[in-house]
Amino acid sequence: MTTILAVDDSASMRQMVTHTLKGAGYDVLEAADGQQAVSVAQKSQVDLVLTDVNMPVMDGISLIKELRALPSYKFTPMLMLTTESTSDKKTEGKAAGATGWIVKPFNPEQLLTTIQKVLG
Amino acid sequence: MSQFLETFYEESFEGLDIMESGLLELNTGAADPELINSIFRAAHSIKGGSATFGLDEVALFTHVLETLLDELRDGRREVSQQGVDLMLQSVDCLKEMLTALREGSEVDKERAEIVHRQLEDLLHNDSSAGGSVSKGLAEVAKVEEEQASISGWEIRFHPHPHMLKTGNDPVRMFRELALLGELTTTVDIEGLVPLSDMDPEESYLSWELELKTEASREQIEEIFEWVEDDCDLEVIAIEEPALKSQTVAGSILEGSTKNESKVAAATDESSTAKPATRVASSSGAESSSIRVNTTKIDALINMVGELVITQSMLGQLGDNLAEESMGNVNIERLVDGLSELERNTRELQESVMRIRMLPISFTFNRFPRLVHDLSQKMDKKIELKMSGEQTELDKGVLEKIGDPLVHLVRNSLDHGIESPEKRIECGKPETGTVHLNAFHQGGNIVIEIIDDGAGLNKEKIKQKAIERGLIGANDVLSDEKIHDLILEPGFSTADTVSDISGRGVGMDVVKRNITDLGGSVDVTSEEGEGSTFTIRLPLTLAILDGQLVRVGDEVYIVPLVSIIESLQAKKEMTSSVNVKAEFYKLREEYIPIIRVSDVFSINTGVNELSEGLLVIVEGDGQKAGLFVDDLLGQQQVVIKSLESNYQRVTGVSGATILGDGTVALILDVPGLVRLHKNPQQPDIRLVNGDCKDVA
Repeated sequence: MTTILAVDDSASMRQMVTHTLKGAGYDVLEAADGQQAVSVAQKSQVDLVLTDVNMPVMDGISLIKELRALPSYKFTPMLMLTTESTSDKKTEGKAAGATGWIVKPFNPEQLLTTIQKVLG
Repeated sequence: MSQFLETFYEESFEGLDIMESGLLELNTGAADPELINSIFRAAHSIKGGSATFGLDEVALFTHVLETLLDELRDGRREVSQQGVDLMLQSVDCLKEMLTALREGSEVDKERAEIVHRQLEDLLHNDSSAGGSVSKGLAEVAKVEEEQASISGWEIRFHPHPHMLKTGNDPVRMFRELALLGELTTTVDIEGLVPLSDMDPEESYLSWELELKTEASREQIEEIFEWVEDDCDLEVIAIEEPALKSQTVAGSILEGSTKNESKVAAATDESSTAKPATRVASSSGAESSSIRVNTTKIDALINMVGELVITQSMLGQLGDNLAEESMGNVNIERLVDGLSELERNTRELQESVMRIRMLPISFTFNRFPRLVHDLSQKMDKKIELKMSGEQTELDKGVLEKIGDPLVHLVRNSLDHGIESPEKRIECGKPETGTVHLNAFHQGGNIVIEIIDDGAGLNKEKIKQKAIERGLIGANDVLSDEKIHDLILEPGFSTADTVSDISGRGVGMDVVKRNITDLGGSVDVTSEEGEGSTFTIRLPLTLAILDGQLVRVGDEVYIVPLVSIIESLQAKKEMTSSVNVKAEFYKLREEYIPIIRVSDVFSINTGVNELSEGLLVIVEGDGQKAGLFVDDLLGQQQVVIKSLESNYQRVTGVSGATILGDGTVALILDVPGLVRLHKNPQQPDIRLVNGDCKDVA
């Protein structure tokens, strides 16, 4: 089963993302900040990381940087959830190794379409 | 989507609280980047969530706020008092909007519009909007360029060597392109290095693609959006009629991916080089807390309450059995098991109670804002200190203590702290201090509101009390008693009624609210030095330490907190003023006697006061002696609401089930005192005309 790690400090966003992805048959792991996400990702290998950018403790960009440095996450797709107002974050995220981004606000269908494209 | 709304509201209100306290801190100190960041993050989450969940007006509003905060964060904007005040207003406005949306009521669009416009004004006053305009123009030009009739696109795609390391797979892009029309791919292997020099993690190939489609340039570029900076990309329009000038090698998608997949295979190897540590994954969120509806917790607490009752019934039964059949091994074992059950039940009960416990910071958090706003309004300089914010108490108590606390703090700000001029005159620092402190003491939580203001003016209070007829002109009162007078109904010493601490109807209501929660409030004050209000509250409303008393065949429970002492009445100390009222003279104080048997119409056969006991209690600011037949044990009881199971009964605050399975009523001491003072309840018979001679 394909496992996706959903990282967001907002519980409602996490619920929405998880619900949508589970509904589409993916296995979903959750984390509320970057640090939690790193420990979850180290415990179980995931196939795709979906992360918010602005989070306490460790933000999404640092998360991507840390995960990319791990041999088992060298090529894993990692998507950022960004808002249109933070275009410089996209550049920063790309430099950290992000695969791409999904612009907020998005609806469940948009989320699924993008995820399915990336996972093939 | 709507199933996530409730979570969204909850976290948004939390976020707004974070914003509010953050903004207030910004106000007084230097701009701490982490602080601004936390405020920004909260606004950002609310914006993201509201947009996602379709609350457009909230999203629109928060967007401006977020932009402002972003500028603060980047240092493009200075923290100004005006900005902070406006953002605080916005926080209020958002709270109102979200509350209205949550309750399904009308959003005050006008107010939102006003604040929104002010935010916009502030934003555009001193920020350069030039960048986005020029970008817009550039985009328009690009679109105009592509107006001719186009049959497709030629795409030259040369990934940079490191592109794969961003998790981007060229195959994905080809797959997406193929969805737009007929795709022909040609792989260029010129860049391929000898195998010995090859780094399996890098990309050496490039592609020429031809796509027959009606799709626009934007659609094509969108597919490559994520790798814009990780590749060289040319998208050239193929004009009609299609000129096939290039010699197409004819390798279609499948063919080209073969070459590419070699690289992919190599990289796959390295990515799985580590032994698979994959654990069968459940949806285990590692977050340290979960949200649970309080009704579920209450149901759990209720169940545990029932369990405690069952357990104590079984315990009693076990004790009886053990007495009857000494030496029976099985019964001994049963008793052992029962005592273990008792321990476990008690632990379970405590753990469950702890679930409902929240730190008092939930209530304290509203005070920085209150003090900030009020001190501005009153032109006073006031510093708020808080300590013990992490002290926990039951959510129910927490919710009910908010308003009384607000009232007391307002009172300290208004009547306690003097104006800066006055303070300097008195040789005090210009800035007054209000200190909120909380701590646990025994089974209670103690909350103190300490100010270093003017203190209570004893003479003024006494004079007022005499005017109001609360005390006699010649009464000699201790300081303590005088201070307590300000908590009496209808008492106000403020020379002018201000809109801040109300019209003298407040303090007694504060006291009433706190007493209703089973707590007490005390005042100590030193003139010129300041005042301290001390509130004592039980940690929970679900259990209570009770004194069991017997009246006839009935058992009642008197809350231990309201008992001052118990004594055997001496006949010579009793007196009666008229046929309705008996008094007991206790250390120079005349205390009214309430015969519990009369209140509940029980025939006890115990009529002489000397035959029973007097339990001296305090309720509603007054002492009273409850006349009962006998004192039984003390025990912790689980409170069952009478209102939800039967109906409200004056003089009774609830019921509980005792170890033997019988129901006992819990006496509402303040209620009994009020009832005694004002006997207008038709259904309850009161102290009868049983007249006693003055000894």
